Amino acid sequence: MEHFIRLSGRVAAMPAANIDTDVIMPKAYLKGIDRSGLAAGLFHDLRFDESGGARPGFILNRPDMAETRFLLVGPNFGCGSSREHAVWGMLQYGIRGIIGSSFGAIFADNAANNGLLLLSLPPAQLAELAAGLDDGAGHMTVDLEAQRIEVAAYAGSFDIDQALRRTLMLGLDRIGETLTHADRIRSFEQAYLAARPWLMNGRGDERAS
Amino acid sequence: MSASRTLYDKIVDEHRILSFGDGGGAGERLLLYIDRTVLNEYTSPQAFSGLRDAGRKPWRPEASLGVVDHVNSTNPDREAGKLDDGARRQIEYLSENGRDFGIEIFDLLDPRQGIEHVVMPELGLVLPGMVIAAGDSHSTTYGAFGVVGFGIGTSDIEHLLATQTLIYRRLKTMRITVDGRLAPGVTAKDLIMEVIRRIGADGAGGHALEFAGEAIDALGVEARMTICNMAVECGARVALMAPDDKVVDYIEGCSRAPSADLLARARADWQVLRSDPDARFDKEISLAAGDIPPMVSWGTSPDQSLAITDRVPDPETLPADRRADAVRALTYMGLTPNMALQDIAIDRAFIGSCTNARLSDLRDAASILKGRKVAPGVRAMISPGSSGVRSAAEAEGLDRIFIEAGFEWRRSGCSLCLAMNDDSLAPGERCASSTNRNFEGRQGVGGRTHLMSPAMVAAAAVSGRLADVRALAAAF
Repeated sequence: MEHFIRLSGRVAAMPAANIDTDVIMPKAYLKGIDRSGLAAGLFHDLRFDESGGARPGFILNRPDMAETRFLLVGPNFGCGSSREHAVWGMLQYGIRGIIGSSFGAIFADNAANNGLLLLSLPPAQLAELAAGLDDGAGHMTVDLEAQRIEVAAYAGSFDIDQALRRTLMLGLDRIGETLTHADRIRSFEQAYLAARPWLMNGRGDERAS
Repeated sequence: MSASRTLYDKIVDEHRILSFGDGGGAGERLLLYIDRTVLNEYTSPQAFSGLRDAGRKPWRPEASLGVVDHVNSTNPDREAGKLDDGARRQIEYLSENGRDFGIEIFDLLDPRQGIEHVVMPELGLVLPGMVIAAGDSHSTTYGAFGVVGFGIGTSDIEHLLATQTLIYRRLKTMRITVDGRLAPGVTAKDLIMEVIRRIGADGAGGHALEFAGEAIDALGVEARMTICNMAVECGARVALMAPDDKVVDYIEGCSRAPSADLLARARADWQVLRSDPDARFDKEISLAAGDIPPMVSWGTSPDQSLAITDRVPDPETLPADRRADAVRALTYMGLTPNMALQDIAIDRAFIGSCTNARLSDLRDAASILKGRKVAPGVRAMISPGSSGVRSAAEAEGLDRIFIEAGFEWRRSGCSLCLAMNDDSLAPGERCASSTNRNFEGRQGVGGRTHLMSPAMVAAAAVSGRLADVRALAAAF
């Protein structure tokens, strides 16, 4: 995954509440067995009409919004389905950071696992950022190292979970890290299952009822 | 940490391999042991490819089960069902991965195939005190068994397969106590829809949500699954209910339940699976079951719902911060403010999904459909939650009731809940649906979804419009 340290770029406001992962990545783009081709699916039904024409009213279709890097979003963004395709599509499209007040929990985990920065800011700070945009758009800088965020008319600092910050900045191999604890996992598992033999009912022949 | 603990914290403590710090309370980062997972064909492929690329193997393959459910056709003739190339490849790849990694797979023709969250419990694979994480947001369903169940993305599926663990952050806790009893004609679906309406689509965000109270105790295990399943729609990452004798009895009848001896030992062990009387929750809410009416959704978020006897809201009367979203929802749904919900005519009716397609749901719907016909112009279909549910329903003649009423008796799958297969709404079509999400485009581009209980779907199907099931149910 690409590391996130400091990045500047276009920001687009999408203030509606509860934008779900079905809307972010519609079902037509969920039929792959790899991660490819998802930029085309991002917000597909908001971006394109039934005949495939770009909807001029949608913010990311505006000529000034090519190369958008950040979204400023409403509450509970990314709620709904667990599909990680929503996060893969964001990154493939070029979105590197999403700034809002709250996020769907699975979406947030998926973002962290792929290096997509999510910032949860207090509503007052979010309002100041939104007010610093012009017609829903602007230029934004997020400095993860310094924990600073800036648009034309506003600059401030933000809080972020430090473990998450470290992962985003360094891009760690999570599975590799966990496997450094393999001995601990194995000894835990043996004791845990030995004390609860009923948990071994997993696979195998169905019991005659 | 105080000596009194919530059910959630007890289960997390039992599965904590090591702590990465931040204390033992909410926010603690820890390495969590995962008892079991279920894999589907559309969120697992990239996880398996990741294992292949890194040369890794599943840590404990017998702790995983794979089921085809999301993309398959529900054509009654399984062999004739339409599959696009992508779906076919996903189904093949799931089998290939099962073979190569030693994981059991129920493919399309397996008599145990069905929706993952219906199949797991009905086999007896969901046992109190477990942690089950799976690549589907409705994994909260397992909370009905006193299980910490939660949805994860594909990267975490890969992590789970490779290590049998997840890097986990302990949640805050919330409890909803539901006093009294549900009124006749009102179901678990109505209860959870009312909870979501009341607290909002992120009302339980960041929390493990425990349900308690007389109304919950009075429900059967399948109804409890409906509540825990849909708790994710109010932002709960985990839903929980303390397991009781009904849960153990349910497990006892399942084909893969532990032996009677082991189950007796387990039953004693499970006694502690309840929140201590003086356990402290970060948030507490109570509501009266008797006040809950049959509910329907009117908008495009699960918290946009009302009593069936109500009218479509006028955005002008809503709080300012909800107005724009309501206007957008009404435009998408093609509805006018102040029209009676019971005046909304439907084109489609669907009973199915991991929320509401178990045997008790089918019985509820059949009790309304018996001796009635689907209204002219309405296409109605039912996709039982699993192939096992389908057989059980046929054994008691429910299929005849559905077919005689004019419903299509389909095969099992996620089907029209998210329309990844060829069951989908045409643009503008309006559907009374027993599913869990009324998102824009969820059931097909431009499709309009009204969520409700299976009995309410049956009432709408025979009425041709949204209808109050209480007016049709003879027993009431």
